[in-house]
Amino acid sequence: MTAALETIGLYRTFGALVVADHIDFRLEKGARHALIGPNGAGKTTFINLLTGRLRPSAGQVLLNGADVTFHRPAARVKAGMGRTFQINALFYDLTVLDNVCLSISERTGASRLMLKAAYRHGEIVDEAMTLLHSLHIHDVCDRYVSDLPYGKQRLVEIAIALGLRPSVLLLDEPAAGVPSHESHVIFDVLEEFPRDISILFIEHDMDLVFRFAERITVLASGATLVEGTPDEIRENRIVRDVYLGESHG
Amino acid sequence: MLEVINVVFHGAAFGMVLYVITVGLSITMGLMRFANLAHGIFAMVGGYALIVSMGRYGVPYPAALGLAFVASCLMGYVLERLLYSRFYGDSELAQVLISIGLIFVAIALVRMVFGPQSQRVDLPSYLQGQWHIFGLDWIAYRVFIIVVGALLILALWCGIERTRWGAKVRAAVDNRAMAQSIGIDTSRIFSLTFMLGSGLAGLGGALGVELLAVQPGYPFEFLVIFLMVVALGGIGSLRGTFFAALLIGLADTACKYWIPELGSFLLYGLVIVFLGLRPGGLFGVQT
Amino acid sequence: MDGQRLKFYLPRVPFEITELIPWVLGIAVFFLLPEYLALAARILIFIILVLSLDLIVGYAGVVSLGHGVFFGVGAYAAGIASVSLAIHDPLMQLLIAAACAGLLGLLSGAVVLRGRGLTLIMLTLAVASLVHEAANRATQLTGGADGLTGVVIDPLLGLFRFDMFGKTAYVYSLVVLFIVWLLLRTLCRSPFGASLIGIHQNTMRMQAIGTPVLRQLLFTYTLAAAIAGIAGALLTQTSSFVGLNTLGFELSGEILVMLILGGVGRLYGAFVGPVVFLVAQDYLAKQFPENWYLGIGVLLIVVILYARGGILGLLDLLVKKGVKA
Repeated sequence: MTAALETIGLYRTFGALVVADHIDFRLEKGARHALIGPNGAGKTTFINLLTGRLRPSAGQVLLNGADVTFHRPAARVKAGMGRTFQINALFYDLTVLDNVCLSISERTGASRLMLKAAYRHGEIVDEAMTLLHSLHIHDVCDRYVSDLPYGKQRLVEIAIALGLRPSVLLLDEPAAGVPSHESHVIFDVLEEFPRDISILFIEHDMDLVFRFAERITVLASGATLVEGTPDEIRENRIVRDVYLGESHG
Repeated sequence: MLEVINVVFHGAAFGMVLYVITVGLSITMGLMRFANLAHGIFAMVGGYALIVSMGRYGVPYPAALGLAFVASCLMGYVLERLLYSRFYGDSELAQVLISIGLIFVAIALVRMVFGPQSQRVDLPSYLQGQWHIFGLDWIAYRVFIIVVGALLILALWCGIERTRWGAKVRAAVDNRAMAQSIGIDTSRIFSLTFMLGSGLAGLGGALGVELLAVQPGYPFEFLVIFLMVVALGGIGSLRGTFFAALLIGLADTACKYWIPELGSFLLYGLVIVFLGLRPGGLFGVQT
Repeated sequence: MDGQRLKFYLPRVPFEITELIPWVLGIAVFFLLPEYLALAARILIFIILVLSLDLIVGYAGVVSLGHGVFFGVGAYAAGIASVSLAIHDPLMQLLIAAACAGLLGLLSGAVVLRGRGLTLIMLTLAVASLVHEAANRATQLTGGADGLTGVVIDPLLGLFRFDMFGKTAYVYSLVVLFIVWLLLRTLCRSPFGASLIGIHQNTMRMQAIGTPVLRQLLFTYTLAAAIAGIAGALLTQTSSFVGLNTLGFELSGEILVMLILGGVGRLYGAFVGPVVFLVAQDYLAKQFPENWYLGIGVLLIVVILYARGGILGLLDLLVKKGVKA
C-alpha cells in the first residue's frame, strides 16, 4: 500500500555535519506517528526536508507515492502537505478568523481575487467557522491572536495548517510552550481528527507521545535509531539508555 | 599600464575610505539588526570636525583626525543611548523613519551652522604633492589613506579576533538570545560597538575629505554607496565588507575614469542586478 | 507598522458615513476656496501618490525609499509624450505615464523584491538614483537640470480647457483621485488585500501555506508604481512643467513623512498626511526654509517615538477615550 509520506535514503549535510543520515521512513495512511529523539537529533531538520524548506543532499521524498524531492514548498502544500511550527508562526495583528481564512483562501485560490470584499466570500467564512468549531475555538474567532492565551494560539497554529486540507499533517511539537495542564486539550483535538489525515508529530512530552502515538520513530544524530509500536519502544534497551534515560521535558 | 595602476591606486584609496566609514554600519546592523540609514551623519561629523578644528583653530592634522574620531564616538554614544536603543527589535519601518528624521535634523543643523557650501581644508604640507616609491610618483595623500586605512583595519580585525570585547560581539552577532543567556551584557556591547562604529565612520569621513565632499547633504548624497558596500559585503561580515568596499571603490573609480559619460550608472546597474540575483551579497551571508 | 488593526472576514458594514468626508470637503473646496485651487490640486495629486505608497509600505510591508521614482517617471513620460511625441490628449498622457511607470515598477520590482531588509531599501534607492542620473544626462529628452518646458495639454475630453484658475485641473485631479481610491479600497478589502497583510505580518508563514509571495508583491509593486506614475502625469499636466525634483530622493522622503503623519496602513492616512504637510509647507517653508527642514526631522522623530499611528492614530485614541468616558 502506498505510504502517505515516505523518504528513501534521505541524506543532508551542513558542511562536515551530517544532519540526516540516510533516513528511510514511512508514514502510513491514517497514521498517528510520533518522532522523538534527544535535542539536536535532527527532528526539525527532518521536517524541513519533508516540507521542502531544505533540499536534501541525496535521497527521495515521496508524497502519496509521488516524488516531490525537488518540489518547492508551495507545490508540496498544494499536493497536500501541511505543517505547524514549534514556535507559533501566526498573524498576530489579525483575528483568529482571518488567520484561518488566509490559508483556506490560499488553498481555494480565492486569495487572488480582488473585487469582492473578503467578508462577502461566504464559502470561505463558513469553512473557517466549521474548522474553528472542530478545534473548539470558534468562540474567539473575532479576537486578535495577540490577545489570546498561548494554549489557544497553539490551536490557531494548527487551524491554519488544517485550512489547507492536508492529507499529511506535520506537527512540530504541537504542545510546546503550553502549560502541562492545558496541553492535553491539543491532543484531545488531535484525537478527533478523521483518518484521512495522516499525522506525524514531534513531541518531547512522553506522556503525550505514549497516549496518542500508534507508531514511534526514534531519531538520534540524524539517523533512525529504532522504530516500532509504543510498547516496543518502551521495552527497547537502546532507547531507554540513550533517550528515555534523559529527562524528558 | 600606468593608467591601470593609477586607477587601481585611486580606487584602493577610495575603497579604504569607504570601508572605514561603512564597517561600523555593517557590524551594528549584524549586531543589533538595526537599519541605521543615518550612519553617514557620523562620517559627516568627522569631516566637519577635522575641517573646523584645522581651519578655525589651527589644530594639527593628526590631532584633528583624533578629534574627528572622538567627536563621532561621543555623538554615536549619545544618540545610541537616547534614541537608537529604543528601537532594537522594532519594525523595520520605524527604524528607517527614525534614521531619516535624524538625517533631516542633522542636515538642517549643519546647513544652519556652516552654510550650504562644500568645505575645504588645506592638507598639511607633508601630505601634499607626491611621494616617490618604487620608482613611481604617487599622490601622497592617497598613499597616506591606504596606509592608515590598512593599519586601522588590522587593528580592528585583531580587536575582533583577540579581545574579549570582540569575542562577545561575535557571539552576540551569531546568536543574541544565546549570548544573553550566558550573561553577556548585550546592551553594553551594543553601546560600545555602536560608539566604535560611529567613531570609525567619523575617522573615515575625516580621512576622506578630499574624496567625499563635506557638505550638508552628505548623509543623503552618499547613502546609496554606503548601503551598497554593506549589502554587497554581507551584513555583519568584516571581511566581506572589506572586499565589497574595495570592489566598489575600484569599480567606481574605473567607471568614472574610462567611461565618464556613464559614470556611476554602470556600477549601480551591475550592483542592482547582482544583488537581485544574490541578495545575500558577495559571500552569500544570509540575513 | 503597529497601528490600526484590520479585519477582513468578519462581517462589517460595507460603507461608513465618515468615508464621505474627504469627498464633501473636496467638493466644498472647489466652491469655497477658488483662490487656492492650485495648491488644492497639488494636494490631491500627492494624496494619490501617498495612497500608492501606503499600498506598498503600509499594506504589503515593503519599505521603499525610492517610490518617488515612479512619480517622476510618470511626470516625464507625460511631458515627453507632449513635447517629443506631440501627444497632447491628457487621458492618453495618463495612460502612457501609467504604462511607463508600471513597466519600471515591474522590471525593478522583479529584482528589488528578492532582497530583504537593508538590501531591499538600498535597491530601491539605487534604482531611483539610476533613473535620476539618467534623466539628468538625457538633456535632449528631459531638459536635464533645467527641466522640461513647453508641455501642451489639450482640453480634457475635448471640452474642458485647462484654465489658469486651475478649475479644470482641480476637478480632473479629484475625479482621478476618486477612481484610484475606489480601486485601492476595493483591493485592500478583498482576499488579495488580506493575503498582502499576511505577507506583511508573517512572510514565512505565508510561504508555508503555499502563497506565491514574490508574485503577489510584484503585482502590488507594479500597481503602486503605475498609480504613482498617474500622479506624476497629473502634476505635469497641471503645471505644464517637469523638473528633476520629481525624481529626487527628497520627494521619496517627503511622501514617507506625509504617510506616517497621516497614519500608515489605513488608506485614509494618505488623505490626511498630504493636506497637513503641504499646507504647512506652503506657509512655513517659504518663510523659514532651514527651520522647516529641521522641523520635519524633529516631527518625524517625535511621531515615531510617541504617535506612530499618525494623526488618524491619535484620533482613534481620542475616540476610544471618549467612548470610555
